[in-house]
Amino acid sequence: MAIKELDQDIMRPPQPPGLIKWIRDNLFNGIMNSVLTIILFPAVLYLIYLILNWILVTANWRAVSEFPMLFAVGQYPRDQLWRVGVIFSGLIFMLGVSWGRWGGLLRMITMVVVGFLVLIAVLPVQHPALTVQMRLYLGGNLVFAALGFLIGKKTKLKEYLIIIFWFLIPVGGIILLAGFDSSAQLPAVPTTLWGGLMVTILLAAGGIVLSFPLGVALAFGRRSSLPVVSAFSTIFIEVIRGVPLVTILFMFSIILALFLPAESRIDRLVRALMAVTVFSAAYSAENVRGGLQSVPLGQIEAAKALGMGNFKTTVFIVLPQALRAVLPAIVGQFIALFKDTTLVVIIGINDFLGIGRSIINSDPEFVQMRTEVYIFMAVVYWIFSYLMSLASRRIESALGVESNL
Amino acid sequence: MPHPFNPLEQMMKPQKTDTASIPFYRDERVLNTAAQIISTVAIFGFLVWAVINFLNAADARNMELSFKFLKEASGFPISNPPIDYEAGMTYGRAFLVGLVNTLLISGVGIVAATIVGTLVALARLSSNWLLSRIALVFIEFHRNIPLLVLLFIWYFVVFGFVPPVKESLVWPGPIYINKRGIYMAWPRLTETGSTFVILFVIGILVAIIAFIILRRIRKNTGKNTYFIPISIALAVVFALAGWFLSGGSPFAIDIPFLDGFNFQGGLRLTPEFAGMFLSLSLYTAAFIAEVVRGGIQAVSKGQIEAARAVGLSQFQVLSLVVMPQALRIIIPPMISQYLNLTKNSSLALAIGFQEVFAVGKITINQAGRAVPVFALIMLTYLSLSLLTSFILNLYNRRIQFVVR
Repeated sequence: MAIKELDQDIMRPPQPPGLIKWIRDNLFNGIMNSVLTIILFPAVLYLIYLILNWILVTANWRAVSEFPMLFAVGQYPRDQLWRVGVIFSGLIFMLGVSWGRWGGLLRMITMVVVGFLVLIAVLPVQHPALTVQMRLYLGGNLVFAALGFLIGKKTKLKEYLIIIFWFLIPVGGIILLAGFDSSAQLPAVPTTLWGGLMVTILLAAGGIVLSFPLGVALAFGRRSSLPVVSAFSTIFIEVIRGVPLVTILFMFSIILALFLPAESRIDRLVRALMAVTVFSAAYSAENVRGGLQSVPLGQIEAAKALGMGNFKTTVFIVLPQALRAVLPAIVGQFIALFKDTTLVVIIGINDFLGIGRSIINSDPEFVQMRTEVYIFMAVVYWIFSYLMSLASRRIESALGVESNL
Repeated sequence: MPHPFNPLEQMMKPQKTDTASIPFYRDERVLNTAAQIISTVAIFGFLVWAVINFLNAADARNMELSFKFLKEASGFPISNPPIDYEAGMTYGRAFLVGLVNTLLISGVGIVAATIVGTLVALARLSSNWLLSRIALVFIEFHRNIPLLVLLFIWYFVVFGFVPPVKESLVWPGPIYINKRGIYMAWPRLTETGSTFVILFVIGILVAIIAFIILRRIRKNTGKNTYFIPISIALAVVFALAGWFLSGGSPFAIDIPFLDGFNFQGGLRLTPEFAGMFLSLSLYTAAFIAEVVRGGIQAVSKGQIEAARAVGLSQFQVLSLVVMPQALRIIIPPMISQYLNLTKNSSLALAIGFQEVFAVGKITINQAGRAVPVFALIMLTYLSLSLLTSFILNLYNRRIQFVVR
């Protein structure tokens, strides 16, 4: 009898942990933890209640909800907004193409972005900025993304072609946004009028796209056997990494002009972009250098034995392995760059944060609503960087590299 | 009879290197030399070009490129200088005030960030799900918003809505919080207090020396020298001696009180300092928490189990097995976080806390010497970071595993 019972005990499959067991294991394991839970639980509930109450009842979101276009594009002339629209839709289209071609993570990104746009398009509220045209445009991006997806999926586009287009859009975009002095259809729009999230994204994307090749070049320069190149790269990297970004921004906005011929004029947004690029490149260079060091010498020797030249060895053997090893660090650097673009406020550029500050200071009534504006901006920045870090984690697990942080 | 075609023999034959047949543009030595020359000319050419442009510009604008202005009188005030300063003292003195402010905010920021970061890391590792989630929210919140936004939230939102002086918030302590800052009780040295401080410092030094010597003796001879209790006792004896020599009252608690329209006495933290301090240390704490968590998790469980198995006590397991291994991983990224914090303190410019960068900016506006001032600012930060990396390298050499 007893043996039979024991038998049954052994044979019983392990029960999936129930809710009660989970609570006991994770919240009430031990006296200390029980006391802690009993104290913390109501405190957390109360805090959530306070936050929700503030968001939904107390807070006055007028300072945010009245100026959606200011937050998006700053003072960019409203009759020229189609240019921003064209570039934005171009990006959405390329996102669709890349999703069709590569799938994976890009699917999530496209869906989140397009889903967000469609959500705004069908928002059942009356708002002066949400005209019928605007709703149609926002919803229309769904079509662009779908079109891109089909093209990427059905036609066997070469991968490098897609990548070239990704680089062409920002370059063409900046030319389109800036316009031409002598053109009637595309009048010049001075960068003093650019602002909002557009400038933030422009600085971050431009910085990422430009700083990465520069960083790779600096990393190779530092490891170069040419003493002048190596010394120059090392000093450049260490000096930039040794000083705060604010210093670099001011250097480029005040001092750079002194080192260039007197007649040359560089636009102030371009100077800010240069500063952000140079700063980020120095950090990328160190990351890439770490990756280069991790490639075993045998790989290079094997490539040489196969008769590959220096260039081929570097591009096809060393660099892919090096970059793969340090991808998490590089993406982390990009997130940091995105957050660092806020510092351009200090040199008077109206990026997303700058627009928020000017709205607050434009009216004594809005000064009283600064809490709402700052919280709104914090949330937007948070969402962007969180999505980036989420993406980086996905890439890491896809590549099978472990982040060391 | 030899084989008519022996490939081995063919290979063994000494080959005549035929340099004449390699065209010069594929000869590695020529290419290398050419690369050396071209890169040298390009880089030096670029530098010379920039310097000539600069000298021309300096000439055209009548810029002075010396550091003489540091001895000239400045015309700007600095609110709440940590060392004696008033408008009219030299620019050099103003710069020094900025430097002290930078070191001050970085110093207290580093201490606070380390304490908060370690606590958050421990909370994150807690077996209590709720506590671990709270720590996660803290970390993810701070890591994903720009420091400048956090700074504006603390300075303009939190400190922007505190009541005026007459309606100060009162916290136990007493701590008064109002628009002009945070006032709190603070121990100040009495007249005889310096005796205590001197003896206290001497006691600590003596204790450290005794600790090192006794520990070395123990390491060499294997005899128990009781180095921990002896060094603690030494420090306590010196401190007690100082206490009695100073008449039993080295400190007097200075309590702030309302005098007319303002508080007097106590320690005053300006809203700028407090905002900068809070945002800087909380922001860095989130990063430090991740560093500490990674370090502790990197110590393999087998190490702890093995230490228990050989009979070490809980404290010994922590201090002799876990911490040395975790610290080896934690300290290098920790120091680079400290350096980040110091560099990030330059954001104080945005809210008007006058550290090195802000003072430099005013000096540029007033004295108009952008280049020397920038050189000075960059030199300051560079020497701070060089000093840090020097310490880091020393440490790394010390803790490196000895590989035979």
